[in-house]
Amino acid sequence: MRIFVCIKQVPDTETKIKLKADGSGIDEAGIKWVMNPYDEFAVEEAIRLKEARGGTPIVTAVTVGPKSRCSDALRTALAMGADDGIVVDAPYETDTFTVGRLLAAAIKAEGTADLVLTGKVAIDDNASSVGQFTAEFLGIPHTSVVSKLEVKEGHVIAEREVEGGTREVVRLNGPCLIAANKGLNTPRYASLPGIMKAKKKPIKELSAQTLGVEVSGKVKHTNFQLPLEKPPVKMIGGDPSAQAKELANLLMNEAKVL
Amino acid sequence: MAKILVFCETQNDQLKKGSVELLCAATKSQGEITALFLGPQGKAAAPLAGQFGATSSLVCDDEKLSSYNPELFCAAASQAIRDSGAEIVLASTSMLARDLFPRVAAKLDCGLASDCTQLEISGNAVKARRPLYSGKCSAEVEFINSPVKFVLMRPNQLPVSDPQSGKSAEVKLFSLPPADTKTTVENVVQGAVGKIDLTEADVIVSGGRGMKGPEHFKMLEDLAATIGGTVGASRAVADAGWVPHSMQVGQTGKTVAPSLYIAAGISGAIQHLAGMSGSKVIVAINKDPEAPIFQRSTYGVVGDLFEVVPKLTEEFKNILK
Ligand SMILES: Cc1cc2nc3c(=O)[nH]c(=O)nc-3n(C[C@H](O)[C@H](O)[C@H](O)COP(=O)(O)OP(=O)(O)OC[C@H]3O[C@@H](n4cnc5c(N)ncnc54)[C@H](O)[C@@H]3O)c2cc1C
Repeated sequence: MRIFVCIKQVPDTETKIKLKADGSGIDEAGIKWVMNPYDEFAVEEAIRLKEARGGTPIVTAVTVGPKSRCSDALRTALAMGADDGIVVDAPYETDTFTVGRLLAAAIKAEGTADLVLTGKVAIDDNASSVGQFTAEFLGIPHTSVVSKLEVKEGHVIAEREVEGGTREVVRLNGPCLIAANKGLNTPRYASLPGIMKAKKKPIKELSAQTLGVEVSGKVKHTNFQLPLEKPPVKMIGGDPSAQAKELANLLMNEAKVL
Repeated sequence: MAKILVFCETQNDQLKKGSVELLCAATKSQGEITALFLGPQGKAAAPLAGQFGATSSLVCDDEKLSSYNPELFCAAASQAIRDSGAEIVLASTSMLARDLFPRVAAKLDCGLASDCTQLEISGNAVKARRPLYSGKCSAEVEFINSPVKFVLMRPNQLPVSDPQSGKSAEVKLFSLPPADTKTTVENVVQGAVGKIDLTEADVIVSGGRGMKGPEHFKMLEDLAATIGGTVGASRAVADAGWVPHSMQVGQTGKTVAPSLYIAAGISGAIQHLAGMSGSKVIVAINKDPEAPIFQRSTYGVVGDLFEVVPKLTEEFKNILK
């Protein structure tokens, strides 16, 4: 059994975002990079599946991005317990369509995948589309926002949360892609022996060129802007009754949102 | 004149607000508008798209689409896009559309801009802007050699015009193209029926750790019911099991942008702000005057929520009755 986990390296949630002077993108200086939090659920799930099967499945972590820094995210996955890694060297700005193409090509180049796991969304671009692109390019079904997964012989049963707290239980036959939500598991921290072992695990370097994928892309982010400054907060004083009265009045007559 | 296909979602035989917003935006651009409805559940609302500018509604009412199957929905949507000759496809950033359209875009060899908050269409040109890094900045999306431009818009961002009563879209049924599916929906466990999902709610009342326990959320529900809102929560509260995870707002919960967001007993951690700072008006009720939430709020009330919230509910009950 071969499991692929697609991961992305993203700025830490606490990182302050600064823009390049020409608005063509973000200034990467000083950013702390981490594995996308949702991808941690995907890595954890893959390792649990491996452990539950006596260690026989091979877990490969794959990432697309600048190889100089993205290899760190792969090392984290390897330290958690993945067997090997693949980095497809590409600019950080690569659009989700192309990332899907590159991931699918990298997986195909390895042979066949029994299961592909990824996070439901990357918290930097909030696109939640790479998984679906990858699945379509691999010609396999997918399901996303998965908070419970059972891998059976030849099929999986996935539970996903949809609108209004409704849950769907979906069966996928044959190889498939699962995009993980919070709640699927509790990701482990890499242990010290894990980190030591990870240093010796192989990371393969690929590029769009070696994979024969066209990278001109379909969409491009331009004209970056910081959010407009909000006017200062209006504090409402008085006792609770007076505060409630004044707040209701402001919401109805000043803000006019009710 | 651009050919625009608007993917419409419905609830109780009515168009969802997000879908109406998109129809209105498409109408404003003077495009040629076709509405798309997938599944038998959409059929009843299909003529209504005409009230907001659609000339026709394509409907695939196959029973197989009564619950969401990505492969079958993808086959049907791709077919409709090809048949209508659409150059621009608009949908709301709903759970379903978010899951579906990347797959459709991949199939049609096109690009997609997800979760946009601004949209302008003139002729064939699309100008969309989307927040990045949890709203710490935003960027414009430029489409490059994408024969069809897919744009998913966050609900509550675009103005709606009044329905033109009497107008109705011509309903054209189409059949589900033969598609080999490896997916089956085994079971659907209904959540709270009839509740508006947080991502679509126009008014949200959220509670945090300051609520002290699950038993007090009734107080927020009362306020929400009075002003037509939906209840949300911080992660601290969802993790403690006081409310289901589906109610969590923030980086690892839902991204919301209602007209009014009331945060009661929420400190305003950066990961919470990430999910709600796009709200038009933010009210913070917190006993700690130094709570970071105040810096992002429109109106701030320093006080004990257990005193302020019931008084506020009472106040609105008096005004709105
Ligand atoms: C990777 C990551 C992702 C995260 N994702 C999310 C997310 O999606 N959503 C999210 O919300 N958080 C998220 N968090 C957690 C976040 O950092 C905070 O821990 C969390 O938001 C705190 O919740 P809170 O405001 O309810 O609780 P607290 O920070 O404990 O705040 C409680 C507030 O209630 C006030 N209070 C107490 N009693 C009263 C009273 N009687 N009347 C009025 N006010 C009162 C206090 O003054 C305080 O300000 C994430 C964290 C990480 C690291």
